[in-house]
Order: sequence, then structure tokens, then C-alpha cells
Amino acid sequence: MISLKLAYRNLTGAGLRTWLNVTVLSFAYVVIIFHQGLIDGWHRQGLRDLTEWEVAGGQLWHPSYDRYDPMTFQDAHGVINGRIPGYVKSKLAVPVLVVQGTAYPQGRLQSIILKGIDRSQSLVKLPSSALAGDSGKINAVIGTRMAKSLKAEKGDYILIRWRDKNGAFDAAEIYIAEIFKCDVPSVDIGQIWVPLDKLQEMTGLHNEATMFIVSDQYKASDTDGWKFKEKAYLTKELDELIQAKRGGGMILQGILLIIALLAIFDTQVLSIFRRQREIGTYIAFGMTRYQVVGIFTVEGAAHSIFAAVLGALYGIPLFIYLYYHGITFGLGDMGLTLAETLYPYYSLQLIVITVAVVVIAATIVSFLPARKIAKMKPTDALKGKLQ
Amino acid sequence: MNMNKLLLLLFTVVNVYPAFCQDAATIMDRVDRNLSSDNRVFESSMVIHGKRNDRTVTSKTYAAGYKKSFTEYLTPPREQGTKMLKLDDQLWIYSPSTDRTIQIAGHMLRQSVMGSDLSYEDMMEDRKLTEVYDANLSGEETIAERKAFVLVLTAKVTDAAYHKRKMWVDAERYVPLQEELYAKSGQLLKRTVLSEVKQISGRWYPTKIVFKDMLKDGEGTEFIITNIKFNQKIPDYIFTKAALKK
Repeated sequence: MISLKLAYRNLTGAGLRTWLNVTVLSFAYVVIIFHQGLIDGWHRQGLRDLTEWEVAGGQLWHPSYDRYDPMTFQDAHGVINGRIPGYVKSKLAVPVLVVQGTAYPQGRLQSIILKGIDRSQSLVKLPSSALAGDSGKINAVIGTRMAKSLKAEKGDYILIRWRDKNGAFDAAEIYIAEIFKCDVPSVDIGQIWVPLDKLQEMTGLHNEATMFIVSDQYKASDTDGWKFKEKAYLTKELDELIQAKRGGGMILQGILLIIALLAIFDTQVLSIFRRQREIGTYIAFGMTRYQVVGIFTVEGAAHSIFAAVLGALYGIPLFIYLYYHGITFGLGDMGLTLAETLYPYYSLQLIVITVAVVVIAATIVSFLPARKIAKMKPTDALKGKLQ
Repeated sequence: MNMNKLLLLLFTVVNVYPAFCQDAATIMDRVDRNLSSDNRVFESSMVIHGKRNDRTVTSKTYAAGYKKSFTEYLTPPREQGTKMLKLDDQLWIYSPSTDRTIQIAGHMLRQSVMGSDLSYEDMMEDRKLTEVYDANLSGEETIAERKAFVLVLTAKVTDAAYHKRKMWVDAERYVPLQEELYAKSGQLLKRTVLSEVKQISGRWYPTKIVFKDMLKDGEGTEFIITNIKFNQKIPDYIFTKAALKK
């Protein structure tokens, strides 16, 4: 208790020096929590968006289909049979047919992926109801990124070309019935969504699909030869990206923390050098050397407690503001599942771990220079002799 | 309509229609004889008209029938040393800058060859027209001041890339002067204009071909044959993947 009282009196007595250290360390707190909170917020939003727009409860892939390898698209389709039609009927699965094609917006040539999806589906947020229309027209929905790249607006007609199941070229105009805004680029960039039955008719692939999006209630035990890809597999890319970002961020946070800790270390060295008489007096009054080491260690570590309080004073209002208003980065075209506005998420775990790490690190850097006290001769210390 | 007129119409349909069909087949056969050979070696320039400037790519090609071909790009310096090998339905490209050979497949086949109006899959068409299409003579027209037969070719196999073609064939030299390629929906996809027809080794051969992707803006791509020799001795190793790295 006496250590804490002394630490408090010494730190407040040191004035500006203490407050400079505390301010720098409080920045470290705020930046670490802000950055980790931002990454956690991105992860949560990304997973939610992926689930709502693309993944749902998982996917069933044709054995030849690999979404990362467009070369597989041509042959990756199979007849919807076995138990699958039952799943489709009971809304547990939504068939999707994937076909490569070419769009010719304003006389330009652009490679596209045509995706056929059931107009009545509600498993993913895609506005597939807009695909319904008169039979003579091919209604299509595209994302905002795709609309930007095609320079297309709602109500425009775009000429597309594709090959049917036998390889024969065919071409027709599609009508842009709706442009949706979504943060999942894999349902937007390069994709044109058309009615499933229309695409089956266009390609001659009647009653065939490339994959199925399935609901959470779907049980993966019976896949009828289709490969079940669970949600964790389909979101793996985002998880890995987040891990990489977290790792990169930790380097920067580490550098900031090291700078703050160096300031504490420096202050400790200077204190021990300038307060030798005080150290000698403590020992002369009957304190053991290690009790004196303890006083100085607690004094150094108390910087981190003060910093936590100061950081909380300006950090908490800032974090609350960002939690509700988010940070807008603009619409990303980098192919990342990244929302236009990110809302940081601060978990209790994040805050506790951050405070613990900073306090422990500050205690260690305070203890290291204080070890010198244990080697001091009390008589020389009382005289203020350099040791 | 009286009986005489009906008989006349019947006579016309029964006699003239097969005559037209037979003529179309003969024309196609004579066109094939002009254009196809066991093998050929030619040097060519491909003029690609871009939005801002034009580019010319020169190359030397060795071709055996329709199935095998080997092309080495000679200029510009950026493309120099790039080689392309086509064997049946497979296509490889060797790039000297990366010293890598890659197979062109899937969506890459839809990409343009060096920015031209030709895609790699256009280069993969390797069957004789007579194997794929039924030809019908639909009439005669004058094109580029030459009298030409107008043939309408309709796919007789399901895997033809273009469901319908329209071809204007020089009535005297039996060389195509213009061709239009149509999608199943009837949409015109590509137009090819052939000109500067020369007599080479006893056959008429067009030495300038302008390809135009009709869905795309632009002036198209000119393909000019600067030197061609038929029925040459081409060593077998030319048509191997090993030749790409030589």
C-alpha cells in the first residue's frame, strides 16, 4: 500500500514528465483498441455480408466446379436430380448455373460470368424478384461495381454473347432490371445475374445447375454426389485476410507501444540516477533493497494505469462515436469483402487483453532499470555518490 | 392459279432447287481446293487498329492442314520471340520474357489475340466448312466489283461455333470475298472481308483479310499475308511443345 501511495505522490510530483509519458502510452492504448476494434468490426460485417449475400448455410458444388478456377466453369454443371429437387422445393437449396460470356457495353468487350438463379429465392439478399418479367426479355440484375464497369444504369440494354452447351455462339440483349448495392465483390464484380430458367434455355442446359446455395437447416449428410462446402470453407478467404491485416497491424501497434515503453524506461533510469539519496534513505529507514525496487517498479507501472484512465477519458467517447457512425472508406473495388462504412467492434476481451498487455509491459520496463537499486551500497546512496 | 402455272412452279421447285444445292456444294468444294493445302508456310502482318493508335505485329507461321500450326512473332520488339502452338483443340503460348509456356484454355480462349478482333477461340476453328455446314446458294451479287455467289451455310452439326454463315464467293476465282458469321439468335457477330486475291502456286488466294467483331467498336484487324508457300517440307519437331522454347 505504501508503494502505491509513494508511486502516486512521486508521479504527480514529477508533473509534466509524468504526463508526457502517460499521454504517449494512452495513445498506444487508444490506437491498439481502435485498430483491433476496426479489424474485428470488418470481420463481423464481412461474415454477415458473405452469409447474407453468397454463402447462406453453405454451398453444394458440382464435383468439377471450383469457384477459384474459371477454367472449370465450362464443364461444371449437372442435372438436378435425386433428393436435390426436394430440397429446392422446400426452399432448403437454391440452384445456380454459372456460364462464361462476353458483354459488349458501348462497343467494348468485357468478359463476364453469367449466373442463373431462381427468381423466387429468398435464401440470399440478391434482388432476384427483379428478374421476373415478360418472357421475351432477359431481365438481369447487377451490382454497383459491375454497373460502374459496364457504365450501365437501370433500364439499359446490354448485348451479351455466350456459348451454348455444344459450343455454338449465341447473342442477345439483356435488360438491366435492377442494380443492387452489396459489399461482397464475388457476387458483384464481373457478374451478371439472370433468371435460372432463362439461362438454362439460352445454353441448352435444361434442369442443370453448377451449384446450390443451401440454408442453415440443410443437413450435409446426403449430397447426391455434389460436394458440400461448409460456411467456414467459403469464408476462409476473409478469415485469412483478416488474420493478415491483424498481423500487419500488430507490428505498427508494437512499434507505438515500444516508443511509449522506451519513454517509461528512460524516466525510470533518470529517476534512479537522480533519487539516489531517497533510495539510501528508504534503506536506512529499514526497507529491504527489493522493497525499494518494488516502489520504483510500481511507480513505473503506474504510468500505464494513469494512461488507461487518460485513454478512457478521450478514447471512450471516440469509440462510442465510431461504433454508431462508423468510418467511411468509400466503395472498394479491390475485390475485398469490405463495406463502404466500417463499424468498429470493441469486445470486452479486446479491452482486457490490451490493458493487461500494456500494464505487464510497463511493469517489466519499469523493473529492468530498478534492478540496479539492489546492487547499490546504502551509504554511497545516502551520500548521493554516483554508482 | 391455273394448272399450267402450278405445274411450272412445281417444275421450278423440283428442278431448280436441287441444282442450286448442287452448285453450292461444288462452289464450296472449289473454295476448299483454293484455300486448303497439306501444309503452308507464310509470313504475315497483323494491323490492329486501336482507339488512339495502330499496331502492326508480324509473324511467321507453319501450318499443316487445319489441325496443326506454329506461329512465331517477329515484331514489334515487345512481342518478338512469342510463340504459339496449336495442336488439335489445344493451344499453348510461350512468352520469352517469362520463359514460360502456358496453355490457353477456358475463359482465356475468349480473350483477344494481342488486342486484335480475333480471339484465341477463333483460331481454334479447325474443321473444313463442308464438314460442318450445309451450303445453299441464295443468289448472286456484285461485291468489290466482282460477281459473287452468295452462299448461306447452316450448321449441320450441333457443335459448330457459328450457327449460320453467309459467304460471298468470287464467281470466277472461287475465293471468298466476304463472310458474315451469325449467332443462333441471328445476331451478326463477325464480318470478314477478303481482298487482294493473287494467283500463288496455281491457286487463287486472298492475301488481305479484314476481321471485324461486329459487336465491338473499331475498324477491325487487318491480316496481310506478305509471303506464302504451299506444300513445303516442315520438320515434325516444329509442331511440338519443345519447339516453343527454341
